[in-house]
Amino acid sequence: MEFSRRDTLALGAGAVALTALPLRLSAAAADDLIAEFTGGAAVADGGVNLDAPEIAENGNTVPVSVSAEGASAILLIAAGNPNPNVATFNFGELAGSSSASTRIRLAGTQDVMAVAKMADGSFAKASKNVKVTIGGCGG
Amino acid sequence: MISRRDFLQVSMAASAMVGASGFGNWARLAAQQALTQDDLLQFDTFGNVSLIHITDIHAQLKPVYFREPEINLGVGDARGQVPHITGAEFRKLYGIEDGSPSAYALTYNDFSSLAQAYGRVGGMDRVATVINAIRADRPDALLLDGGDTWHGSYTCYHTEGQDVVNVMNALKPDAMTFHWEFTLGSERVRELVEGLPFAALGQNIFDAEWDEPAEDFESWKMFERGGVQIAVIGQAFPYMPIANPRWMFPEYSFGIRDERMQEMVDEARAAGAELVVCLSHNGFDVDKKMASRVTGIDVILSGHTHDALPEPVLVGDTIIIASGSNGKFVSRVDLDVRDGRMMGFRHKLIPIFSDVIEPDKEVAALIDEQRAPFKAELEEVIGTTDDLLYRRGNFNGTWDDLICDALMSEREADIAMSPGVRWGPSILPGQAITREDIWNVCSMTYGEAYRTEMTGEFIHVILEDVGDNLFNPDPYYQQGGDMVRIGGMGYRIDVTKPQGERISDMTLLKTGEPIDPAKTYVVAGWASVNEGTEGPQIWDVIESHIKKQGTIKLEPNTSVEVVGG
Repeated sequence: MEFSRRDTLALGAGAVALTALPLRLSAAAADDLIAEFTGGAAVADGGVNLDAPEIAENGNTVPVSVSAEGASAILLIAAGNPNPNVATFNFGELAGSSSASTRIRLAGTQDVMAVAKMADGSFAKASKNVKVTIGGCGG
Repeated sequence: MISRRDFLQVSMAASAMVGASGFGNWARLAAQQALTQDDLLQFDTFGNVSLIHITDIHAQLKPVYFREPEINLGVGDARGQVPHITGAEFRKLYGIEDGSPSAYALTYNDFSSLAQAYGRVGGMDRVATVINAIRADRPDALLLDGGDTWHGSYTCYHTEGQDVVNVMNALKPDAMTFHWEFTLGSERVRELVEGLPFAALGQNIFDAEWDEPAEDFESWKMFERGGVQIAVIGQAFPYMPIANPRWMFPEYSFGIRDERMQEMVDEARAAGAELVVCLSHNGFDVDKKMASRVTGIDVILSGHTHDALPEPVLVGDTIIIASGSNGKFVSRVDLDVRDGRMMGFRHKLIPIFSDVIEPDKEVAALIDEQRAPFKAELEEVIGTTDDLLYRRGNFNGTWDDLICDALMSEREADIAMSPGVRWGPSILPGQAITREDIWNVCSMTYGEAYRTEMTGEFIHVILEDVGDNLFNPDPYYQQGGDMVRIGGMGYRIDVTKPQGERISDMTLLKTGEPIDPAKTYVVAGWASVNEGTEGPQIWDVIESHIKKQGTIKLEPNTSVEVVGG
């Protein structure tokens, strides 16, 4: 033996999620979250910075940073997770900057999204595809 | 001999910049048996700065044979672009005559017969001679090592990289960046790095816990050469914890981090840099994309994907240099830097023909000294081969066909998997296979050969996952290896499709039956990134198999059908 059962499961965990995840359900849940956050208002692209790796080094703890100048709140979503709601960061008037960093768990390759409520009450979003891979073949 | 098209691009991008590239067409000289060291090294010194680039040596201190790939497909914007051009098309693009030394050095065709004529390539003692000759022209030339240096041989494994470090230190590099070095384990890497008499660079090497630049590596370093302030920024392999075992260097995080690269360029320029050089282990397509997103880099010295290109590729105002692997080439780049900017370049990819270039005596002695304690083990003949053994190519090579055969037979498996790494020299038909030869294609710190059960569905997931690491149209999602090599199973791949739809028609070769997603198969492989993988070392598996065979004869491998290339 050669792979322990635990390792085989670990190897499989990320990958199986790629195929088994009910992505359509999650995407709908993400849309609902955004609609709830914006109250159905239009969401523009741009004005929000979302920093996340192209390929996660470890899908269990992926560093993500969001910022949007003057934003009063930023909603962070992992659109492909069984529960896509990651966090809502609220910034008071005394906040030095509207930025936050955290680490999140991703069930598989998916879009991570940030929606910000800007100072003027409008909404803007940014999105990044983060790949969760089995890995193992480096040149 | 840069093409007319590229000249136009340059003149549009930077109206004052001029460039030239020289890769000799030595066919007639070679036919007269008169190719000399002077021909290979001929270079009209240009401008006021010289860069010397060597990369991806993979611990090959002695000359080797190394066959370039037949299949190296590009997808998306890279389709049909260098380095994704091979064989006759490559020769046509660069005006290389069939059968010439350049054809032997840069393309795969007629490899076995050309290798008989032109001999082995590389050897760090020959590389030392080339470096010394360049330094004779330009004493303050910068020597930059792109990494994948302390990995890939019997002696490197047993000395934990010390043999290569000793030899490379004698060449006096000015800076280095990293990839496989980290598979020595982070403690050993730190120990070696602390002792280096030159800069260890990587702007993207981060402390995993605090997500801030790691203290053990500098991001960039300023050199003053020829009266020019030169900033060299390091870029380590971005996907180390994914492509290699994360548990061996848990303190570190990597990534492309091109926004920070831009910050480093700006910081260097603000500090007075007139020339900005990126010493990169990104891989060629990633470097092309990075050059289009980061402004202010003059030269990217590109490593990782093992491409050898006789001319720079231009992206905006940036020139990208690809210098091959396994010690087969050294690049010389002369630059004219005036008024705080690069005004022109002259470039030559120098092939290290080991029979033409005189070894440097001191470095030759130093190499022999490293090998002496292991001489008997290295030279022991394990078998011979009737067929050319090579690795490079997107889908399979005869070395991995042999390794997969060894895994299936020694480990009694239905299916075998061998990782799509790009290192590993070639062995000519009729040549003896020594223990050193076996280690050259499989030496690593996680070489355990596992045996496990996988469902057909899971095998499909693995192939799709690895396929996307190679054929995702966005280079930032590519890890720079080749496709996992499969023994005992055939499949069809459409490289133009998205992940999940590329792989079809998976067939178990021994029965001819389609792979059943629900059925379980016994799979043997090696180089798992999972901690605690158990099994005999892959070199012992291969050695045992070759001993039983005596003489290696391989059937042509037609089990992978490629569509969309």
